Amino acid sequence: MAETVTDIDTKADAGRTTPLKIALWILLAVAVVMTPLVFEGYGWLFVPHIMALIGLYVMLALGLNIVVGFAGLLDLGYIAFYAIGAYAGVIVGAWAYKSAPALGPWIYFLMIPVAAIAAAATGIALGTPVLRLRGDYLAIVTLGFGEMVRIIITNNAFGLTNGAAGLPRAGQFIPTPFGLDWLQNHVYFPIPALGRSFVLQFDNNIYWYYVIVLLCLLTIFVVRRLDQSRLGRSWAALREDEVAASSMGISITQTKLWAFSLGALWGGIAGLTFANFQQFVSPESFTFLESVFVVCTIVIGGMGSIPGAIVGAIIIQGLPAFVQGLAAAGKLPGIDPSTATVIANYRFLVFGLFMVVMMAWRPQGLLPSKRRAAELKPELAEIADIESEQLYDAQHDDAHPGIDD
Amino acid sequence: MQLANLILAQLVNGITLGSLYALIALGYTIVYGIVLLINFAHSELFMSGAFVGLGVMTVLTSSALASKFPWLAPAQHFFAGSTTGIVCMLLIMFLVSMIVVGIMGMIIERFAYRPLRHAPRLAALISAVGVSLFLQNAVLLWISAQQLPFPNPIGESTAFTIGTVDVSVLKVVIIITVIVLLVALDTFISRSRFGKAMRATSQDREAAGLMGIDINLSITLAFFIGPALGAVAGIFNGMYYGSIVFNMGFLPGIKAFTAAVLGGIGNLRGAMLGGFLLGIVESLASGFISTGYKDVIAFAILILVLIFRPGGLLGESVLEKV
Repeated sequence: MAETVTDIDTKADAGRTTPLKIALWILLAVAVVMTPLVFEGYGWLFVPHIMALIGLYVMLALGLNIVVGFAGLLDLGYIAFYAIGAYAGVIVGAWAYKSAPALGPWIYFLMIPVAAIAAAATGIALGTPVLRLRGDYLAIVTLGFGEMVRIIITNNAFGLTNGAAGLPRAGQFIPTPFGLDWLQNHVYFPIPALGRSFVLQFDNNIYWYYVIVLLCLLTIFVVRRLDQSRLGRSWAALREDEVAASSMGISITQTKLWAFSLGALWGGIAGLTFANFQQFVSPESFTFLESVFVVCTIVIGGMGSIPGAIVGAIIIQGLPAFVQGLAAAGKLPGIDPSTATVIANYRFLVFGLFMVVMMAWRPQGLLPSKRRAAELKPELAEIADIESEQLYDAQHDDAHPGIDD
Repeated sequence: MQLANLILAQLVNGITLGSLYALIALGYTIVYGIVLLINFAHSELFMSGAFVGLGVMTVLTSSALASKFPWLAPAQHFFAGSTTGIVCMLLIMFLVSMIVVGIMGMIIERFAYRPLRHAPRLAALISAVGVSLFLQNAVLLWISAQQLPFPNPIGESTAFTIGTVDVSVLKVVIIITVIVLLVALDTFISRSRFGKAMRATSQDREAAGLMGIDINLSITLAFFIGPALGAVAGIFNGMYYGSIVFNMGFLPGIKAFTAAVLGGIGNLRGAMLGGFLLGIVESLASGFISTGYKDVIAFAILILVLIFRPGGLLGESVLEKV
């Protein structure tokens, strides 16, 4: 992480680099690399799968964080970009594989830019007219857009998407990425020293887990740089006060459009990765509920906060899936494997409640970014009252409503 | 001639559908007008209305219940026996559902929105999404995950025929009830003391408070009336389509919101107009373009309206002031 003069957040986060801190980071890195291998080795195959899904959610959450956390635009249809990335990538990938099978393992590198550009272009096309709208209107329009994309995909638009049956069609393939075949066939080492049944092996889940971890690191790097860039500061200014930001010379629509399209771009890349990881896409994966979960992830973790997005993804995506996986594998004592889906249903109920409680009790999230924390939770309740009243006045040109309470 | 009949048939469907959208849209607009919040949970209150209605109807007509509780039998006999009985049953069903759902709306306002009245708008919206998620899954887990059949006590008989298009009694009942409710609400808001207080609150909360208007009462009232109307729409929706399910609120909710925006959100008459317009456009579109894309059309209308006339058809454009 390069240090610059404006690198306030990095300095505040890191403090002084002590040996203890270095040791903790190394431990964390080892855990991230080794955990799936260990679980896979002992036959808990669902664990690497869940960890890969968590990673995907981290990417999605960080991408949406640019839109919601940095620029303060509530996007309730973010999953549309995820879908567009997935579908664009798979359609082009399957086509390229059919026309030039020799390219095989390298096609993945063609699919990434296609997915990213398709998603970002859609983001710009939607954002240009829509970003002039006020916040809550924007939320509904993006929600409508998300549903539109899903319905269009379900209706097999232009004969490209194969409707509800999903892609790839029978006889089509998503090309296997570089190295996966070799690793799958050659890495298989039983290690009796670690227990009778331990086998060091490598499969689709593990491969994509590592790809996703690398992509997450890239995302974290880019998002951090963005946050501290000129653009990032414009976003913060805009989020805090549009009128003031605009009178300081920030082009509101353009700045919002950057946030929207960059967010969409990450959504597209995450979508493509999801499609490759699952080897299959269908409109079912892109419902409104998924958009809500991504929003939930960053709200629970803390808007604008990178560690928050990771913690949020673990809570929202990882924890319930893990409990469900344990139950389905019959590894939870006293719980019948058939009740595993009930647990999945209860999580929505709990999340709904969680969102309400969270907004009332800790709107800044579990691990808030320092900037957002300062904004959402001033030290004194008195200051908070005055500030919110001023904000309300500014927005509505009517005076403080606190007076009647 | 055939084309004219098709148009006519879709028009009748459109007006029926539109009257339901108008009822739901009023719930959004009345709340938005007063607290500037998109009550995201409104679509779930609409759904709850249908479930409460079905519950009441089951108590009043189910023979299985009557055999368990013999004292229910004579009442059930009355409700099933004659037209008067059926009308009474419908009235009881609507009233109970309206009151229960209205109270739910008030409770939601009290616990999910009121603590956030001074928070950024995003916080309240997220809280509303949370309430919606909670209600939907509460019904899924504790009532039914499957579609439940919703009986139609009014029957399938035809009220009258225009050209070759049969208009069912149910459609006539829906349209007339909705119009009566709309007129009643309009009168209540424009003439009554409470309506005046609500209008004052929505115009200027502080000044209204200084004039001695109980602002919390106005807000609570909005959160009672909106969901109560939504409950009526929910029951009619159940009768019209013959079944209800835990996620039935989502699409009508979004479309009704579209209708509210189309008419100018915060404007009651606008919501009514928007509801009817959207219903008609959607029915014509599903008749002439494609049923698969009829939901896309509603969303496309929403986006177009917001781009070209963000204030809506009857709304004033509001400038953000400093």
